[in-house]
This record gives sequence, structure tokens and C-alpha cells, in this order.
Amino acid sequence: MLQGTLKENYRRKIMYDKIELRIPLTIEAAASLRAGDMVYLTGEIYTARDAAHQRLFDDILAGRQLPFDFNGAVVYYAGPCPAKPGKPIGSVGPTTAGRMDKFSPLLIEQGLRFMIGKGLRDQTVIDKMVEHGGIYFAAIGGAAALMAKCVVNAEIIAYPELGTEAVRKLEVKDFPAIVAIDSRGVNYYDIGRKKYEVVS
Amino acid sequence: MKTRVIKLFDVITLVEHLCIEANCVMTSDIKRCLEKQAKEDKSMLGRDILNTLLQNAEIAQTESSPMCQDTGMTVVFVRVGQDVIFDGGFIGDAINQGVRQGYEKGFLRKSVVSDPLKRINTNDNTPAVIHYDVVAGDELTITVAPKGFGSENKSQLKMLTPSQGLQGVKDFILDVISEAGANPCPPIIVGVGIGGTMERCAYLAKKALLREVGSINSDEQLASLEKDLLAQINQLGIGPAGFGGSTTAMAVHIITEATHIAGLPVAVNIGCHATRHAEGKL
Repeated sequence: MLQGTLKENYRRKIMYDKIELRIPLTIEAAASLRAGDMVYLTGEIYTARDAAHQRLFDDILAGRQLPFDFNGAVVYYAGPCPAKPGKPIGSVGPTTAGRMDKFSPLLIEQGLRFMIGKGLRDQTVIDKMVEHGGIYFAAIGGAAALMAKCVVNAEIIAYPELGTEAVRKLEVKDFPAIVAIDSRGVNYYDIGRKKYEVVS
Repeated sequence: MKTRVIKLFDVITLVEHLCIEANCVMTSDIKRCLEKQAKEDKSMLGRDILNTLLQNAEIAQTESSPMCQDTGMTVVFVRVGQDVIFDGGFIGDAINQGVRQGYEKGFLRKSVVSDPLKRINTNDNTPAVIHYDVVAGDELTITVAPKGFGSENKSQLKMLTPSQGLQGVKDFILDVISEAGANPCPPIIVGVGIGGTMERCAYLAKKALLREVGSINSDEQLASLEKDLLAQINQLGIGPAGFGGSTTAMAVHIITEATHIAGLPVAVNIGCHATRHAEGKL
């Protein structure tokens, strides 16, 4: 059984090891983060997943204006469920980040150095992150109903024809994430796995 | 000949309901397993993540919101008694209509593109992947199993040769899970199909995901193989959400079937921490 009520549990979780981060993030603030840190993000983040990444990538190559300012911005690899009446958004958890690896090095070069997703990244992305002071945050895959509760407001700002894959600006409050790969390239997925691996 | 008429309107209503239930309600077997592991996982962060996933399931059920934003491609298993006659059209159309209505009314995400290369969203999550099985009797049993692609993308199939034997099968399964790492949203359920032909083997692996977590395989040898593999998978260290821990998988479910003298097909289908499914009968 869950201990205590939902509300108590949530408060308990928020209370320990809380590193509050305000967005836009500065490179200096990002540099102080360490792989494994639990953070709570507050401010505006932008959703973009497979199809939107292709569009951003094409826009950059064609020299077109980008739909939002990359500097200090945080991109969230997610495509939400439709919002119920009276709610800003439906369930919205992270999607697999690895599918964005093809596009990320160029986007990082252009300033989009802070990312939220889930799962492993390619070394080419990690190298670019180190070069540009980037951070890869992981949200908990599958905890999408809970994460929707951190979204105060949502609006489509680009590529509306992509439906769930359109770029949305989300205003989030205390959005929970773990620093999966920090700006030195230290990877918490590797650290965690090695720690609990039983070599027979 | 004795027959039974089932109205397709009832099939539509049932499928609609099952789509919403599968996406919003965690099955009790998985919930029990997560609750147990939330106390027992060796990693504190791992235990915390498992509690978060339980909390998420509770919110989803209370609010009738999907547990995960990836409400999947809708896989539907249909077991139809041979004495059933459908009234009101074609059964496949009725199932797709049920999916259409369920995804609309349940505020579920539409994640299906009509063509894998052109990639245009159908905007109603159809077509569903439908597996028909004709059985004896006059009942209709439908299981809706929405499949997210975080875990589907990490699934694999390999045509082993007979001489690779049991060891080859074990090595392949462990390799697939190890390579999948954090991506399929662990703790996972590992569905394994062994035997048949290539496509049959993949079907068996998918079907294996539906078995109750904690149940014991009726075949003694397979039961022991499942136990061994589960222990070995949980020694990989991947853990909840992939951040390390002793709970990488909740269960390994194996289904075997007759195969050819020259072949040993093995398919591994990975189910995420929620491995959603809901069943109904008419």
C-alpha cells in the first residue's frame, strides 16, 4: 500500500533533496549540477519529439527563423494526451530520447543545450553537451498522469499540423527530473547500473 | 447446428470500454508486484521511483487519465467461439470503431500513422492490430493490450539454429534486455516466444505479456527457466527507470510451440512497467 495519502506522499517527495531550478537556465547554474541530482524545474519548457525535431533541424539548415529562443531554453521530449475540459493538458511523460540523437548535436550547437527525456543517449550527443555545457535530465518514464499535474498552462507555438507532436510551450511548476547526464558528461545511467550489477 | 448471435454494437461498446480501462487502470497483479518491490529494491532511488509509479497509477485510476501519454498502438486479441454469428456488419470494422470511440472519449493520444514511410497520423488510433483465434463454443473474449513503442522498439526476434539450444536462447534473451537498458521503462515484463515460424514466434512473445505476474508456468522445465532468467535479468543492475537497482523485470513469461527440424526461432517482446491490458467477454 502507498504510505499516507497522495498529497502527503507528494509533499514528502518534494521536501527532501530538493534542488529548485528556474528556467531559463544559465550555463553557470547548469554547471553546478551533478549526475544523480534530483531537481524540480519551474518556468517554461518546450515540447518537441520526433517530427518536431525533424522540422527544427530542417529550419536551421534552411536558415529559417526558429519558433522559440533556444538560449537557456529546456526542450522536453514529449507528446501529450489530449486535455480534458478544464485541464491545461493530458498525461505527459517523457519519450525515448535516443530517437532525437540524430538531431541533438546541431540543436545543441544552436544553443538548445538543456533536454528532458528518458533513456540512453549517443556519445555524439554527450560530447556536444560537454562542449556547450548542456544537461540531459531524465523524467520517470510512464509517470505521465503525475507529470501532467506539474503543468500549469500549455499552448501550441509551432507546427500545429503535427498534432500531439506540435511544439508546445508548457508552464511547469516543480516538475521532477533527475540529472541523467551532467555538463561534464558524467552519466548516471551508467553509474546506477554498475552499482547494482551482480557479476557472477 | 446451435449458434449464438452477437450484435456488433455490443462489440463496439465493449472495445471502447476496454481501451479506456487498459490505459487508465493498472492491473492488480502488476500493482502487487510494484508494491512489493517498492519495499525490497536495493536502491533507495529505485524504491522511490517505484513508489512514484504507484502514485502515478493511483492518480490515473482516480481521474480516469491514462497512466502513460503513449497510449500505444492498440493490439486486440479476439477469441471467437465457432458457434458465434455476428449481426450488423464485419467484426474487424466493429473493433476499429470501438478503438476510435475509446480513444476519443477517453482523451487518449492518437499515435498511429497510416503508412510507415509517409507517416500521416490517422487521428483516431486505428487501425488496430487484431489477432483472431477461433475456438470451440459460443463465447467471444476480447483482450485490448495497448502497446507503447518505448518498449516495443527494444523488442527483438532471432532465428537461432537447433544446435544453439537452450544456452543460445538464454544468451539472446539476456542480450536483448541488457541492450534495452533504461529505454523500455523498467521494471519490465519479458514476453518470450520460442518455436513456431518467424511470425508465430513474435505472436507468442506478445501473448506471453498478458499472463498474470506472479503466476507459475504449468510446464515445470519452463517454470524453472523463467525463474533462472528473472534472477539473471535482475542481476543486470538496470533497475527502476534504468537508474540502478535490483528490480529490472517483474516477470519472464515463456510460451513454446512446435517448430521445424531446422529452426529455433526466439522472440523477446518487452512490456513496460504498466504492461497494459484489459479483458472482456460477450
